[in-house]
Amino acid sequence: MLKSYKKLVQLSVLVLSLVLLSVLPLSAQDDVFRVAAVAPSATNDLAFSQSMYDALLAIQTELGEDNFQFDFQDGTFIIDDAAVALREWAASGDYDLVIAHGSQFGSILQELAPEFPDVSFAWGTDEDTFGLDNVFAYTAASDEGGFINGAMAGLLTETGIIGVVGPIEVGDAKLYVDGFVAGVAETNPDATVNVTYIQSFSDVPLATEAAETHIANGADILTGTAQMVVGPIALAKENGVLWFGTQASQGDISEASGVIFQVYRWEVVLLDMIEQIQSGTLGGQAYEINLDNGGLVMEFGQAVCPSSGCGLGN
Amino acid sequence: MIGNIITASVFASMIRLATPYLFAALGETLGQRSGVLNLGLDGMMLMGAFFAFYAVFITGSLILGLIAAIIVGGLMGLAMAFISVTLKAEQGISGIGIFLFGLGMSELLFQQWIGTPTTVSGIPDVYIPILSDIPVIGHIFFNHNILVYVAFALVPIMTLVLNKTNFGLMVRAVGQNPEAADAMGVSVTKVRYTTLIIGGILAGLAGASLSIAQINVFQQNLTAGQGFIAVALVYFGGWKPRGVMLGALLFSFVNALQLQISVVGVNIPSEFSAMAPYIITLLALVFASKSREKPDALTKPFERG
Amino acid sequence: MSIRKRPNIFRGINVERLLDLIPILIALFAAFIVASFLLIALDANPITAFSAMFEGAFGSQNATAETLVKATPILFVAIGITIAFRGGVINIGGEGQMIAGALGAITVTLMIGESLNWLVIPLALFAGFIAGGIYGGIAGFLKAYFDVNEILSTIMLNQIAVQLMNFLLNGPLLDPESGGFNNIPKTARISEVAQLPRLAIFDFFSRTRLHYGLIIAIIIAIIIYVLLWRTTIGYRIRAVGLNQRASRYAGINVERQIVLSMFLAGGMAGLAGAVQVLGLNYRLQTDGSPAGFTANAGFNGIVAALFGGLNPLGAIPASTFFGALLVGAQKMQREVGVPASMITAINGLIVVFVVSSQIFILRRTRRRVGEAIGQMDDNHTEKLKEGEN
Repeated sequence: MLKSYKKLVQLSVLVLSLVLLSVLPLSAQDDVFRVAAVAPSATNDLAFSQSMYDALLAIQTELGEDNFQFDFQDGTFIIDDAAVALREWAASGDYDLVIAHGSQFGSILQELAPEFPDVSFAWGTDEDTFGLDNVFAYTAASDEGGFINGAMAGLLTETGIIGVVGPIEVGDAKLYVDGFVAGVAETNPDATVNVTYIQSFSDVPLATEAAETHIANGADILTGTAQMVVGPIALAKENGVLWFGTQASQGDISEASGVIFQVYRWEVVLLDMIEQIQSGTLGGQAYEINLDNGGLVMEFGQAVCPSSGCGLGN
Repeated sequence: MIGNIITASVFASMIRLATPYLFAALGETLGQRSGVLNLGLDGMMLMGAFFAFYAVFITGSLILGLIAAIIVGGLMGLAMAFISVTLKAEQGISGIGIFLFGLGMSELLFQQWIGTPTTVSGIPDVYIPILSDIPVIGHIFFNHNILVYVAFALVPIMTLVLNKTNFGLMVRAVGQNPEAADAMGVSVTKVRYTTLIIGGILAGLAGASLSIAQINVFQQNLTAGQGFIAVALVYFGGWKPRGVMLGALLFSFVNALQLQISVVGVNIPSEFSAMAPYIITLLALVFASKSREKPDALTKPFERG
Repeated sequence: MSIRKRPNIFRGINVERLLDLIPILIALFAAFIVASFLLIALDANPITAFSAMFEGAFGSQNATAETLVKATPILFVAIGITIAFRGGVINIGGEGQMIAGALGAITVTLMIGESLNWLVIPLALFAGFIAGGIYGGIAGFLKAYFDVNEILSTIMLNQIAVQLMNFLLNGPLLDPESGGFNNIPKTARISEVAQLPRLAIFDFFSRTRLHYGLIIAIIIAIIIYVLLWRTTIGYRIRAVGLNQRASRYAGINVERQIVLSMFLAGGMAGLAGAVQVLGLNYRLQTDGSPAGFTANAGFNGIVAALFGGLNPLGAIPASTFFGALLVGAQKMQREVGVPASMITAINGLIVVFVVSSQIFILRRTRRRVGEAIGQMDDNHTEKLKEGEN
């Protein structure tokens, strides 16, 4: 009995040490900088998830495939699926930076990061690094672009009524909507801004009907945030209503209805993180993309400049 | 204040919102009356929605879009029939399997074949001379796309088919007492295949009514669970087309109303207005009359002797 | 009708049952073949893909642990679904009941804090059980006394639960420390003493997320097995599930049994929610969708319950299978780079193929499942006898 127990312990120790060996974070020995990221929605959602995917692609183009590679798991709307992926990437030791793109993943990193102190993590949108020196946090000052969008909308509205379709009254979405409302108030204090939070990030039919309701109540300008806005965009186009966007460029889909979009360019902060990591700092810093540092870019839609390729005018 | 909230637009919105539920739930009613529970409705709607959208995206032809939805919906119905009637698989689970397949497949094909969200010009609203011009009434009832009228026309048609035709009699017999129906020479298999294929076609049209008529966009999980609500509405309606319609209208009305309330800015936490349609539908059933025509053989595969 | 006492507590495990596995394996194989065509169409090597899937599910201690972590809530829900099915009720409300259970557990945990030391864990679990139970009991009550179909009510209650969670987490239960920034709605983190300990067997699983929730689930599976087949409570529940009219003649209060089945079913789902909070996330948060928190366990539990032959003990391997499938599929996605949507489609195929294979299991397993599912409603057995033929 005792003998077999002893054997078991020996065996366990052997297995454990093997596992530990394989688990020990040997950061990548080659010069390639490797990133792995999870995002809740699809990489082509024209919104939050796409903004990160596009940023990583942009960095790859800039640094070259020989120097920068990334793995991307999209569609992890089940929070726990992201937890599994993040843990595996962290344990593999193959990645220089592991990104959890979505504020719902913060709790996961809070538990995970202390277990893997040699791996660098980043997450957003939030500004909390949990006091850990291997966690970066990033936010978008989406109220800035929201303010610009709102100010323009205030000037452009003829009926004096503007409709907003939001998901849930939190985080990035709330920030944008609040900025937008403030922007309208700045240029057109008499205008009414009707805000609807439909309580879902993905319910396209409901978002579309919310937009319909806005139009029925006199709105001649619509805006909204999160991936379910494709419905409202299509509706705006159909009804000749102007559309103001955020998170990613929606110029192609909104066509003649699109006025201006606030586009996220996470590469601005990601490049700095990469530099930090290469010089040995694994985290502890909160970043923000904003209009100043070029992380937020305003892009005109076809309602303003019919041929594509218009930058931000003055 | 009330005049601000309950406007003609709210009723128009109710009619629009009810349309996909009607298509899907009427098809489900037929299937359930023959004794088969199809929980995969949402997956079938998604497939119909995608293929309709894709056909219009490629060809620009709305007719082809509708045909695509009908074919794909019919095929999904055929698959469900094969699984639940021929292979006699447990209906609840096979339905969940069909749902997952439709959910994943429609999104996969969307990503592979189209790639990025885009719009098509969908089925336009029909202008009916004189009727569309009537104030209020015209706005509520006569300013919709053709699928809306088809969906509502299906209600009396389905009632008629179920109660007045030989086929309807067979459907009810098979759903009520398959053994007896079989003894009288009715092919249980044939009847159930037929109802499920029709149900699939209607689910496909339900999807199409979203993707090429109301929203004119396709995106992952476009239906956002409407198929499950449609299944619930069949129970709400007591397996009668008219009851199903009332359920769809009630649910859609509350939804339209809660959107209107949030737009005009009445100060109710949006969580509560978002849950209102579900609560009120549930409460309505508690106090509604209890006339039901539940098929006794529902969910039971038929095995001869 | 009589419900005989069965002599052997492990009667679930016998040769006949093992033979039943063959069609399931064939079905799995067939599903993989079809999935392979999909993979090939996407320029992915099916062999690489499926070995990645297996590796992701069982390839390392961590992988196995994650499979079991995934299986734990599914098992709880499956046990509950089993009770409901046996009692003649179809419970599609696992999602909502999980949320109710999680809300109950987190509320009690945050209220008690550290004052009662480790006692907070059983109290929180109990609160989760009761909260989920009450939420399930509502559907049972509406069915028993107002003739509201439970498929309808549970689908509606699922949606209501999500909004309730959104409201509570954004208001009364909001983490006081996250007030400054417009953060995702979440509660405060529960204290160390309230956390279900990680589960390490000797050194196995020592660096993984596996927690004692699994053990609790297995113990509960055994308890419910005994409850259903060894006690009068279970006898009554099953009698009502088999034949309501006969049960009524036998003096059983059918309505009360229906409420009880749904209460217990909801309670099990509630425990699933509680365990996710206490053992895994250490807080409750919402991104507005139910699946974000429940990981669809409320639905997967239904499938697992039926694969488990509507037997709480059978639910254990069935849930593990689903845990492996889901975790493995995620690995496949990472390794081969196929889109998440394809994984969903493949899971659907597997469910369809495996459930279709049941026709080849012509022995009593299937008959028993068929009985439980088929004879669930009202007095149709009587009606059949009175039928026109």
